[in-house]
Amino acid sequence: MLVFFVVAAVAVGAALVVVIHRNPVIQALSLVVFLLAVAGVFVLLNAQFLAALQVIIYAGAIVVLITFVIMLLNLGPEARGGPGIPTLLIAFLLGALLIGVLGRAGLTFEPLAANTPVSPDGVLPHAPGYGSVGAFGRALFSTYFYPFEAVSLAIVAALTGAVLLAKRKLED
Amino acid sequence: MENPFTLFLLLSAVLFAIGTLGVVARRGAITMLMSVELMLNAANVALVAVGRFLPGEGAPGIVEGQVVALFVLAIAAAEAAVGLALVIALYRLKGSTDTDLARLLRW
Amino acid sequence: MDYVLLAAVAIKVTLIVVICIAIVPIMTWVERRGAGVLQMRLGPNRVGPFGLFQPVADGLKFFFKEDLLPPFANRPVFVMAPFVAMAAAICALAVIPFGSVLTVLGRKIPLVIADVDAGVLLLLAASSMGVYGIIMAGWSSNNKYSQYGGLRSSAQIISYELALGLAVIAVLVLSGTLRPTAIVIQQAESWWNVLYLPLGFLLLLISGFAETNRLPFDLPEAESELVGGYHTEYSSMKFSMFFMAEYLNMVVSACLLVTLYLGGYAVPGFIRNALGLSGNWLAAAEVATFFAKVFFFLWLFVWVRWTLPRFRFDQLMHIGWKILIPLGFLNVIWAALLVVWGVRS
Repeated sequence: MLVFFVVAAVAVGAALVVVIHRNPVIQALSLVVFLLAVAGVFVLLNAQFLAALQVIIYAGAIVVLITFVIMLLNLGPEARGGPGIPTLLIAFLLGALLIGVLGRAGLTFEPLAANTPVSPDGVLPHAPGYGSVGAFGRALFSTYFYPFEAVSLAIVAALTGAVLLAKRKLED
Repeated sequence: MENPFTLFLLLSAVLFAIGTLGVVARRGAITMLMSVELMLNAANVALVAVGRFLPGEGAPGIVEGQVVALFVLAIAAAEAAVGLALVIALYRLKGSTDTDLARLLRW
Repeated sequence: MDYVLLAAVAIKVTLIVVICIAIVPIMTWVERRGAGVLQMRLGPNRVGPFGLFQPVADGLKFFFKEDLLPPFANRPVFVMAPFVAMAAAICALAVIPFGSVLTVLGRKIPLVIADVDAGVLLLLAASSMGVYGIIMAGWSSNNKYSQYGGLRSSAQIISYELALGLAVIAVLVLSGTLRPTAIVIQQAESWWNVLYLPLGFLLLLISGFAETNRLPFDLPEAESELVGGYHTEYSSMKFSMFFMAEYLNMVVSACLLVTLYLGGYAVPGFIRNALGLSGNWLAAAEVATFFAKVFFFLWLFVWVRWTLPRFRFDQLMHIGWKILIPLGFLNVIWAALLVVWGVRS
């Protein structure tokens, strides 16, 4: 439980730095901290394989890509003059609404509400081999094979699109 | 509260709200992209939490939560790549990544 | 609270970190004397017999040098960068098995800090984090040469991570498990993986050179190119931390190579039977074997460094993307064929 609050605090703090700071490189670095904290949350939810994948893919490749773009375009701190008060107010209201709705859902959703038994020493029960690679792989390559292939196609399409979009001029 | 599931869901909601704040309240294109990544990760946390606490065979926990989260991860990677290419194109056109400069459809 | 387990883990962590950090000064000595041997000259020979205290002298020098902070440099990031580089390298050591089990006071203690199901994946994750140390160093120095060096070095590392991943995947296909101890045990029972997957071994070796920024892939730090690359502006202790991080990365690469392809800590069968080893003696022999294999590869790193010329950056990228990745795919297909032919259960 204590570990959860530490990891959650790190995640929220890093997210706030990303949203509030003005220097893009600092934002990117705190995005890395945020992603590592989310990987910690995954480990707390017994999804170890997904946590390792999150670190390798997200923190190890995507944010590196973002950092490369920031450095190659030599982006400096953002200029002043953000949005006015009404926009910020609407954003805050939306955020509070979302938190309220999801909190209420967490408390009243039937199969899950107050229904998660916690054994005396604070360990949550789960199926053996829940977050392991084997269970994951079996599900991915049998039941979810078509979505898996579709996602690979989507990645190839995105790759081609990104290379094309970033070209200076199209050679005929 | 003693219900751990609520805590995870609340964490996801807070992170999503912060991400939305970032997208709405900032002008820089890269900042908006990073806030979108925040939102996607918050959604992933919610998905994995629900998957973990749903009653499965025998003990709670279905693997679909993680599988869907993996798909979201992969699609987020693809979207980040395309988004960054768009940011580069915007920079070449306008000389800066300020999205307020891309307001008019014609210029 | 299982205090014995906690104490065992604490002792293991301390021992492994201390040993691996102690390897670094030994490596600097090996590097400089080895350079001398390969270039047909004497290496350092003034400080102690055969120059054995040279690392001590180097350490003292680093300690007493002035610690500069370049003007207009981003101070927090500048200071954090060497720590990130070292932390990533040390974290990778947590999943490597150094021996099988040690029986102390009736309890079996596995000689690995974290015997996780997804151990190999965690190793890859930790080495992915090492890129950030370099990026942070290059950017925060507020110096064009540093920034270029940092970008080039990180581009090189992430490009060769793919070839590294493919070489590792072939072993995983053959072994059917991500747990390093299981991979080592499988190799102990049949032949070493290098005999099944020689191409993969070569790929992992070459990617290891590129990942650790060692020759022939050390363009980002070559003195004639970009002054010092990403660590131009660093001095004294921070520079020595980068130095240590580079050697630690070498150690991690060598450990990965040995664990996945060369049988890890497994003592060859005939030696085991000849000496009649069992129990704690076997564990000690296994640790010795592991370190012997790792030291062989560290010597190989040094040997190659002082023998081959370095690659130009575009040649480096060409090799990484257009040659190593297709070979990596061939390697995975070969591993899959081996599994189909029933080489491993």
